[in-house]
Amino acid sequence: MNKLKQLCAGGAALTFMSSIARADYGLNLPVGVTETSRQVYDLHMLILWVCVVIGVIVFGAMIYSMIYHRKSRGAVASQFHESMTAELVWTVIPFIILIVMAIPATTVLIDMHDSSEPDLQIKVTGYQWKWRYEYIGEDVDFFSTLDAASNEARRVGSDIDPATVDNYLLNVDKPLVIPVGKKVGFLLTASDVIHSWWVPDFGWKKDAIPGFINEAWVKVDEPGVYRGQCAELCGRDHGFMPIVVEVKSEADYATWLAEQKAGSTAEKTAVIEEIDPLELKNIGKKVYTANCVACHLQKGEGVAGIYPAITGSAIVTGDINQHVDLVMNGKPGTAMAAFKDQLSDTELAAIITYQRNSLGNKVGDAMQPIDIAALR
Amino acid sequence: MSSENAYYVPHDAKWPIIGSIGLMLFFCGFSAQLNNTPSASIVTMIGFLVLVYMMFGWFGEVIDESESGAYKSSEDASFRVGMIWFIFSEVMFFAAFFGALFYIRNFSVPWLGGDGSGAITNEYIWNGFEAMWPTNGPGEVGGQYEKMGAWGLPAINTLLLLSSGVTLTWAHWGLIANKRKQLIFGLILTVVLGIVFVGLQALEYSHGYHDLNLTMGTGVYGSTFYMLTGFHGFHVTVGAIMLTVMLVRSIKGHFTPENHFAFEATAWYWHFVDVVWLGLFVFVYWL
Amino acid sequence: MATVTDSLDDHHDHGPAKGLMRWVTTTNHKDIGTLYLIFALVMFMVGGAMAMVIRLELFQPGLQFVDPGFFNQMTTVHALVMIFGGVMPAFVGLANWMLPIMIGGPDMALPRMNNWSFWILPFAFAMLLGTFFMDGGAPAGGWTLYPPLVLQGGNGFPFMIFAIHMMGISSVMGAINVIVTILNMRAPGMTLMKMPLFVWTWFITAYLLIAVMPVLAGAVTMLLTDRFFDTTFFSAAGGGDPVLFQHIFWFFGHPEVYILILPAFGVISAIIPTFARKPLFGYSSMVYATSSIAFLSFIVWAHHMFTVGLPLQGELFFMYATMLIAVPTGVKVFNWISTMWKGSMTFETPMLFAIGFVIMFTIGGFSGLMLAIAPADFQYHDTYFVVAHFHYVLVTGAVYSIMASVYYWIPKWTGNMYSEKLGQWHFWLSTISVNVLFFPQHFLGLAGMPRRIPDYSVQFAEFNMWSSIGGFAFGLSQVFFCFIVYKTIKGGEKATDQVWEGAEGLEWTLSSPPPYHSFSTAPEIK
Repeated sequence: MNKLKQLCAGGAALTFMSSIARADYGLNLPVGVTETSRQVYDLHMLILWVCVVIGVIVFGAMIYSMIYHRKSRGAVASQFHESMTAELVWTVIPFIILIVMAIPATTVLIDMHDSSEPDLQIKVTGYQWKWRYEYIGEDVDFFSTLDAASNEARRVGSDIDPATVDNYLLNVDKPLVIPVGKKVGFLLTASDVIHSWWVPDFGWKKDAIPGFINEAWVKVDEPGVYRGQCAELCGRDHGFMPIVVEVKSEADYATWLAEQKAGSTAEKTAVIEEIDPLELKNIGKKVYTANCVACHLQKGEGVAGIYPAITGSAIVTGDINQHVDLVMNGKPGTAMAAFKDQLSDTELAAIITYQRNSLGNKVGDAMQPIDIAALR
Repeated sequence: MSSENAYYVPHDAKWPIIGSIGLMLFFCGFSAQLNNTPSASIVTMIGFLVLVYMMFGWFGEVIDESESGAYKSSEDASFRVGMIWFIFSEVMFFAAFFGALFYIRNFSVPWLGGDGSGAITNEYIWNGFEAMWPTNGPGEVGGQYEKMGAWGLPAINTLLLLSSGVTLTWAHWGLIANKRKQLIFGLILTVVLGIVFVGLQALEYSHGYHDLNLTMGTGVYGSTFYMLTGFHGFHVTVGAIMLTVMLVRSIKGHFTPENHFAFEATAWYWHFVDVVWLGLFVFVYWL
Repeated sequence: MATVTDSLDDHHDHGPAKGLMRWVTTTNHKDIGTLYLIFALVMFMVGGAMAMVIRLELFQPGLQFVDPGFFNQMTTVHALVMIFGGVMPAFVGLANWMLPIMIGGPDMALPRMNNWSFWILPFAFAMLLGTFFMDGGAPAGGWTLYPPLVLQGGNGFPFMIFAIHMMGISSVMGAINVIVTILNMRAPGMTLMKMPLFVWTWFITAYLLIAVMPVLAGAVTMLLTDRFFDTTFFSAAGGGDPVLFQHIFWFFGHPEVYILILPAFGVISAIIPTFARKPLFGYSSMVYATSSIAFLSFIVWAHHMFTVGLPLQGELFFMYATMLIAVPTGVKVFNWISTMWKGSMTFETPMLFAIGFVIMFTIGGFSGLMLAIAPADFQYHDTYFVVAHFHYVLVTGAVYSIMASVYYWIPKWTGNMYSEKLGQWHFWLSTISVNVLFFPQHFLGLAGMPRRIPDYSVQFAEFNMWSSIGGFAFGLSQVFFCFIVYKTIKGGEKATDQVWEGAEGLEWTLSSPPPYHSFSTAPEIK
């Protein structure tokens, strides 16, 4: 009931917006955590109030007229139908109001476009349906996908109540990490279709367009975790590619970055070991759920016409090299992505082994990580 | 009720529904062909034949009505205004492709080459690509190719089309002056020039595909080149067919010096196609 | 141009042919108008059913009913059906019925082509809806058809492209017919500046249609060749740009928005004076405002693309130009209110819908102004705020004006009065439910819910549930509307020729229903 009251209060006049905005669900644009987002918020409130005031005057006049100038009250229609003065007034005054609104809008826009001299740069690439973050000049490069709990709960007929999942659909396996108080430049692009990178608390969204790079930047004031989503329709799982940004203090960020670098060096120098096919199949199942289910579906049946079935597929049950090639390099012009950069040697070997020996297929052979490494 | 002044409202129009069926069969068949559905081309063919039948029937009916004097100045005015705005819609159709060419040449290719806001794009995605025209893009889509020169066949084609405009106007003068021989001869010349133009275009395409490796798949250059010239060529073909109909009607003795809207409409259309070609010659071949 | 007869056998006056073939082969503007209106109503229900599926899935978080791919097909085809099959044909139907009568002409200028304009549509939509049964299903890339996503479609893709081509052919022919009719078929004395505003707004709409439908045809043709013939218009590797499509599409798309709303302005400008019993305020400024809106619509398209990364100068230009549209639109709203001012108003159903239009369309206008401000748009873009905005403009705007005109003119069309009581019920049910449906979507968008998603985070649950409840109620209200229309066609209190006390214009000088051939003698224009 309490929520209902809030709703009525907010819906009726938008009057108490700023206080209600801090309730457990939002009614208004978030103020955000950057200078830009605050400017955008102020601009938003300015236009909103201008609209509200104009609305009150215009609708007020209209309602007054509807009450007092009705036939049932005996109103007699006057016959005036022209007034140059009036026309002039309501052409010029709105024009002046517009100019007043355009001035701050222009300043903010110019500010937002100034992506020069960033303290660090991150290349953000949209994939169907995950984000990739590459720290320019650092050896850190990873993918960020919907977390397993949400992914499990969001299946049709999963019987899991989304309310029981932490940050349902707004959580990822590995968030983007940036330092507080630094100007972070983003270079946005996409590998397949157009995506749009949006964290409401930062005050903007920007499209990630394949083959082109768009620039944007943030300078976050407060450490914290900020969440957003892909905003441009990008296919089946458009609703399931969230963005999570962890803003850390400078020291924490440095520690994190060092760990990541160490991790990626270790990965590169690690000796690739032979893995038991059964174990591979188990890993493969997880990889399949995270990366393939969206199109090829849980049981590998696919969708006729656009997403071929894995079960009984000529490629999956045929020459293993062709199978590997398709998974690693994708099929241009379709939703089949190149997974070469997205998955590790082990994961690739696992997914191939899994597909060939599960989902109704029984080819019997297996792929080893070392063979994948040789193909890179 | 004076039928003298009555605006002619035809009844029981059967051709439109036949046209709709034809259009749907044609488009469905063609779509299915694109999807590699077996024997879809039969449906396309049937649809095409139905459309041709519809056009013969519909235009035949209109010609009969016209010859029997059903149309007076008010109907004539309707046809004129209608034709003008139809041609305007065609102008806007070509505008979409010219607009695409303009955008590609002035924005997308320079940006990919690092111009203006494209600096980062060039540095991180297409390093080493330099903007130029023509281009098949930073991915060198379609491989090595050669540009289609402007001063060979295209220049000859320009002359052909321009002279066809002259011969058509000459034929029109003949019609107005009631010199039927001049009318017929002028029309024959125009049709021949049109057909030769289309033939030379075909020759040029074959040269492009076989000698220059310039295909529709040759990046944006190939795309814009074949799309613009292709749709233009299609319009020339349609115009030539319209002219041929006018020729046959002239031979049959249709049209009077005062009343020959169909001829004029065809002439407008032909001149429009002419103007589009000039745009093409300048922006696609020359510059 | 005084009488209408069939000159080939004008010895007797023609009534309609009998049976089904009457409707298939008709060249009568009223028959064709009726066909358009019925077609639009059917499509409105088809598109509405898809909206119900969408609201059902969004009723609560989690995926309960449809899979995400099918959800995308629903949103995509819902939009295409509502725009090209619902609103546009409804307005063409109104134009067919009313234009020749309003200008005192005998019929549309090109009657046979008029028939074809209509009869293309059922086939085009059969093709579009047929894609649901093909491998890969219906198009799912959004009605805006952005590449590269749309190129990933299944077998339905080329069918959709050609269906759009057919709709375009139909619209262009219809528009040519409207222009020719207005320029050439007016009764003697009906000067341009004496024409009713509905005629004026349709005149301008027709120019917009002729100017932009071919551009859409060009854009979708490039999509087709990019997918099947190796061209690279929209691929960076070949030197193209996915954003190029958006430019071409919105060069069509923004005027298209006005194609959907200008005739509505005309209808409202006819209804408000009738029920205020007072002449329209500022007739000529209305004509100029409509023309300025039409002109501006060609230079604002990129405000749909503020987030694609346009250069600063571009964003500034499109922001300023877009804000300017508020001026002529404001003039219109002020004129309507001045028309009501000191009138002698009654509130029959058409007037209720007209007033509902003015208020709620203006709310949509306000959110439109907010969206015009580029830096703020970076937040609003592609969220439910946008969804709320364009549904306020299109549902409580365009669709409300269509409802208003149906109630306004149906006594004239059928000779039967609709039931005022049921009409009022329909208005209040629709108006309450439509606000429950769309108003919360403003909050959802501001709070961060992107559009076109089948499932959402739990913080959005409450408003989505409200919105869905409003949606179902609105859907049911429109079934009720169908019933009212059906009942009125079947019978009811006989309508007078004048129908409305305060109505002015040539349509009210004819009998209700009007004779098969409207003006056998050109009326005299005062």
